[in-house]
Amino acid sequence: MEAGKTKVISVLVENKPGVLHLIANLFRRRNFNIESITVGPTEQPHIARMTITVNEDEKTIDQVIKQVAKQIDVLKVSELEDGNFVMRELSLIKVKVKDSKERSDIINFVDVFRGRIIDVSTDSLTVEITGTPDKIDAFLNLMKSFGILELARTGITALARGAKSIKIDQ
Amino acid sequence: MKMAKMSGAQALLESLERQKVDTIFGILGGAILPVYDALCDHKKIRHILARHEQCAAHEAEGFARASGRVGVCMATSGPGATNLVTGIANAYMDSSPIVALTGQVPASGVNTTYMIGRDAFQEADIIGITTAVTKYSFQPRSVAEVPVAVNSAFYIASTGRPGPVLIDLPKNVQAGIGDVEMTDKISIGGYKLNIEPDPAKISEASDLLTKAQTPIILCGGGVITSGASDEIVQMSDLLMAPVATTFMGKGAFPETHPLSLGSIGMHGNPAANRLMGEADVLLAIGTRFGDRATANLDTFASHAKIIHIEIDNAEINKNIEVDVPIVADAKVALKMLLNATSKKLRKGEGKDWTKRVKEVKEKLSPLIKDLPKDLVPKTLLLELRKLLPENGIITTEVGQNQMWSALYFKALKPRTFISSGGLGTMGFGFPAAIGARVACPDRPVVDIAGDGSFIMSEQELATSVTEDIPVIVIVLNNSVLGMVAQWQRTLYERRYMAINLGKVPDMVKLAEAYGAQGFRVNSISEFQKAVKTALSSKVTTVIDVPIGSETDVVPFVPPGCGLPQQRGDY
Repeated sequence: MEAGKTKVISVLVENKPGVLHLIANLFRRRNFNIESITVGPTEQPHIARMTITVNEDEKTIDQVIKQVAKQIDVLKVSELEDGNFVMRELSLIKVKVKDSKERSDIINFVDVFRGRIIDVSTDSLTVEITGTPDKIDAFLNLMKSFGILELARTGITALARGAKSIKIDQ
Repeated sequence: MKMAKMSGAQALLESLERQKVDTIFGILGGAILPVYDALCDHKKIRHILARHEQCAAHEAEGFARASGRVGVCMATSGPGATNLVTGIANAYMDSSPIVALTGQVPASGVNTTYMIGRDAFQEADIIGITTAVTKYSFQPRSVAEVPVAVNSAFYIASTGRPGPVLIDLPKNVQAGIGDVEMTDKISIGGYKLNIEPDPAKISEASDLLTKAQTPIILCGGGVITSGASDEIVQMSDLLMAPVATTFMGKGAFPETHPLSLGSIGMHGNPAANRLMGEADVLLAIGTRFGDRATANLDTFASHAKIIHIEIDNAEINKNIEVDVPIVADAKVALKMLLNATSKKLRKGEGKDWTKRVKEVKEKLSPLIKDLPKDLVPKTLLLELRKLLPENGIITTEVGQNQMWSALYFKALKPRTFISSGGLGTMGFGFPAAIGARVACPDRPVVDIAGDGSFIMSEQELATSVTEDIPVIVIVLNNSVLGMVAQWQRTLYERRYMAINLGKVPDMVKLAEAYGAQGFRVNSISEFQKAVKTALSSKVTTVIDVPIGSETDVVPFVPPGCGLPQQRGDY
């Protein structure tokens, strides 16, 4: 990754088919780099929230926000300010288990990270970890010595701190 | 709420009529047949049968740019739709309001008639294909959705920074019968218009302009779109500021005005390019600072504070960092800026600067000094200006013909110089001329062409003759693809490759084959005679003008260089 700045952008869009294509296509066409994107419905069913993480210089991030805001299906774009928002990522990690000593070591680590074991087999454990990307990275580092069989990360989703909310009338 | 039972095709045509559409340029095919069937009963809409869908889109754009109204083109699904793509992309790059209607295979229906997404015959995902070159697209999935889709498409295409909007019509929606409310409703999501400027920015800009010693006004195509030419003249008067345009802004300010500099850019007017480096304040309006206009950004207006009036917020600081951004409609912002500045500034100050402007213009851009006596592009374009009325419309193709037109044809009014600026589409000029003539049937329309470009849409001669849309095509015929030949000559050490057009068709016979008239001219007097005949003819005229195959367009700013490094004489 080139030296840039990681920025989280929260985008409220019309909840209808084709919108994800529109945004993804915009990023490709303008040569912007998406680190992660998550999409899901909001408390208002006609609106979906996209949480997009980009790693770009400031000038490019400014362009990203303007180009996204220009899309007709985009209702609101906000740049989440550093330290002023909460974010979480969910990760599922399937870890190789050699013996019962390893099994209990892993379970200890999972406890420390406040994760959960969600599937068990004779020679593997599947762990669910939720947290910031840094926390998940740290956990993955620990798991490397056991052997990671499979990994799935959702990318982050985020909200601004405080009581403020954005409502958009239909 | 008034409901009526009708087909989707009828709902479409009624909605188009409510948008005051009187012309559609198109070609039919299987998946759009229900709309053509309904057209039999809609006598208010004239359908003009193009001979290629790309040209139908260019015709719609020519119509739009000459008139300021939304141009409409139509094609069937699959290849009909994909043939529109270049025309749609052209309208997107030049911010022209067009609505493209495409047929689509059925989206749903009983039993086996459901086809969309199954690679049906003549199916193309035209919305997916055009996402990057449309402002928006609609695909109504029921008859009832049609009016709102049409209303919204026209609203989006024609407001803000205009652009193309696509409506993809599944055949079952066209043919289906439903309860339809003929409404003015629109559905436009988060679409917001930036019309009113921030007063603080206006005040900041007027402070800069008041203190400016050597201000320049730069007009882009947005000045024409917003109809702000009068305000530009007033602003120029007030500041005693010379006015340059981008290529797309040509016509925004009368080019015979003493303070007109002509257009800037790679093949810009030398006085405009030179003075741009002397400006202390640049008031740029409705421009995206395209690379062909600015050349190397390091030396572009490098001593100037830049005020940028622009309706599209995403253009602010995209290509160039500006000092005072004003996101607003050009006309509205200019009115406020005029008002704010005239309170601070006495009219008619700035004599030193206007003296300098006059001096540079006389030295670098003398139009009549050493004028050749024979028929070369420069003399031809100067003659043409004399032969055409002020409101005569010029379109151009792309390449040398286009840059000569930019350099030597003086545009006097907005919407009289129509050319493919952003995309640079060869073959644009002739169909655009046809569209412009349909929009302005009482004004002469002339396409300045090269032989290479004209051949790309030559089949539209059939459209213009059959539909009685007389235009004039002037072919600057050098039997080569002239602009790329010029680049190979000057930048690739004369290593010519694939530029020779060899046996170019006889343009006179070609015109006659389609039922148009053709003339070949070799002197200024023959040219004058041919144009006069063409202007009084009721049929399209092709005027073939043989020119040397090694004639360069100069002056020229080589790629990578800045505007001050322009080479060659005007």
